[in-house]
Amino acid sequence: MSRNANDAAGNMSADEILRFSRVSMRYGRGPDVLSDVSLSLPRGSFHFVTGPSGAGKSSLLKLIYLAARPSAGSVRLFGEDVTQMAARDLPRTRRRIGVVFQDLLLLDHLSAFDNTALPLRIAGHKASEYRGDVAELLAWVGLGNRMGALPPTLAGGEKQRLAIARAVVNRPEILLADEPTGNVDHDMALRIYRLFVELNRLGTTVIIATHDQDLVARSGRPVLHLEKGRLKPLPPQGPVT
Amino acid sequence: MSDVFDPTRWKPAPFLPEADARDPALIFVIAVLCFLACLTALGGLAGDRAAGGWTGQLVGEATVIVRARGGESPDAAAARAAEALAGVSGVTEARALEREKAYALIRPWLGDGTDLDDLPVPRLVAVTLDRRAPATAITLDRALKAQGLDAVVDDHSIWIKDIRRAAGVVRWTAIAIFVLIAGGAAAVVAFATRAGLAARRDVVEVLHLTGAEDSQIASLFELRFARIAAVSGALGAAAAGLLGAGLRLAGGGQGITPALPIAWIDLLAVLPCPILAALVAAVAARLTARRLIQGL
Ligand SMILES: Nc1ncnc2c1ncn2[C@@H]1O[C@H](COP(=O)(O)OP(=O)(O)OP(=O)(O)O)[C@@H](O)[C@H]1O
Ligand SMILES: [Mg+2]
Repeated sequence: MSRNANDAAGNMSADEILRFSRVSMRYGRGPDVLSDVSLSLPRGSFHFVTGPSGAGKSSLLKLIYLAARPSAGSVRLFGEDVTQMAARDLPRTRRRIGVVFQDLLLLDHLSAFDNTALPLRIAGHKASEYRGDVAELLAWVGLGNRMGALPPTLAGGEKQRLAIARAVVNRPEILLADEPTGNVDHDMALRIYRLFVELNRLGTTVIIATHDQDLVARSGRPVLHLEKGRLKPLPPQGPVT
Repeated sequence: MSDVFDPTRWKPAPFLPEADARDPALIFVIAVLCFLACLTALGGLAGDRAAGGWTGQLVGEATVIVRARGGESPDAAAARAAEALAGVSGVTEARALEREKAYALIRPWLGDGTDLDDLPVPRLVAVTLDRRAPATAITLDRALKAQGLDAVVDDHSIWIKDIRRAAGVVRWTAIAIFVLIAGGAAAVVAFATRAGLAARRDVVEVLHLTGAEDSQIASLFELRFARIAAVSGALGAAAAGLLGAGLRLAGGGQGITPALPIAWIDLLAVLPCPILAALVAAVAARLTARRLIQGL
């Protein structure tokens, strides 16, 4: 599974991590929620996905984290066409992806520590190998003194950061975050954003879906703007306050 | 609220919550099914033993009725028949019953006043057969005909056939009920797995999206329901074992009745119950879980 296998496919450069080619998607027999989306993201990049509610941001991320398949077109991830991938190979690929879900999907009966360690356990690592890393990571996201807490006892911003810790604990090559600053105040949003910047600096490709125009504008990062399921050039920017 | 959490002493918690509010009901249902299955097994064994006992007594014997012919006296005819039969291979012993015995058998029909000596009362010859290679009725009949004797052979084969048929019906009924109950238990577990998966959709979804293999997720449910079924199986088996022991004690050496003789050794039949229940539950949970996960 060499990275150079991409070159054999001809249309993917060595530092490209994700490519959508004319991708459409629908739920069941419903209408297309994504239409004819094409994009190419280089490894190590940092993108925002924006657009009004219902534009298809979450759906786009679902295609990337392999929770859905396109109804047309192809998705290449890590140099492999995941739309052609056998079902038994999907788990292995999912382990290379970190996701902060829009509804977080924390397990309420497990401690913050157990929630964070979950991807490592699934990948088959031993507790003795990762105990220290998990504690360090939780300290890094500011939950050093909440490691034994159950998610329902955490504040909104703490939950978001716990979900981020779980998403990155297995050192994913690509990190997807769906509204990671949705329910927190401005300062917390900035704090969380800085975690992503830090991870990106360490080499992780980052894609964040958000409504937070202010954050997007201040970051100066490239934007994938969706409207009614289609990629559109950014609308004219209003004054940034 | 600062918690005292020591990461160095942390142990991974089970992915599925330890207990579920539905567990007691599920344990009860499976335990009842296991109890019934064990009773069926005990009943089948006892029925088999009863049939074995009866046919065992009958299979080693035959009775021959001899009628005197011509001028021969009944006693002489019977003696000749016994002699002829004793020479047949597969016969251990042939003994003409005394006149009194034949009379005793027939007197109830004729009344005490009748002088039986005046009547041509048939004589009986009791034949003991070699159990390993018993002579057939046909062989016996042929030996008697060769001596010119007027005799009818009854080797109880009709009886034996009836008893064997009855025993077969009992056995197959017991097996069928057993299979039905096992199937019912499997269906209950499949149902519970489905409910468990629906109730723990969050766990299933997170594990699935985090890269867990389908089999990893299925094994969580498999283990969980296997454990529940093993506990239930032990409870059901214990109850059935106690009931069986009670019947054995109440009935003395014969078991509850000669028709259903339970032996102490039969009670061992309940031992595999927890393992069987766990296996059935594991398979049912695994199949159900895998099918549901593949639909995610
Ligand atoms: N599971 C689903 N089944 C059917 N339709 C769905 C499902 N999820 C989303 N949709 C529809 O797909 C479209 C795009 O939804 P999506 O969640 O991708 O939008 P979004 O841009 O993430 O919106 P938001 O900003 O509100 O999160 C919407 O019309 C939505 O109603
Ligand atoms: Mg969304």
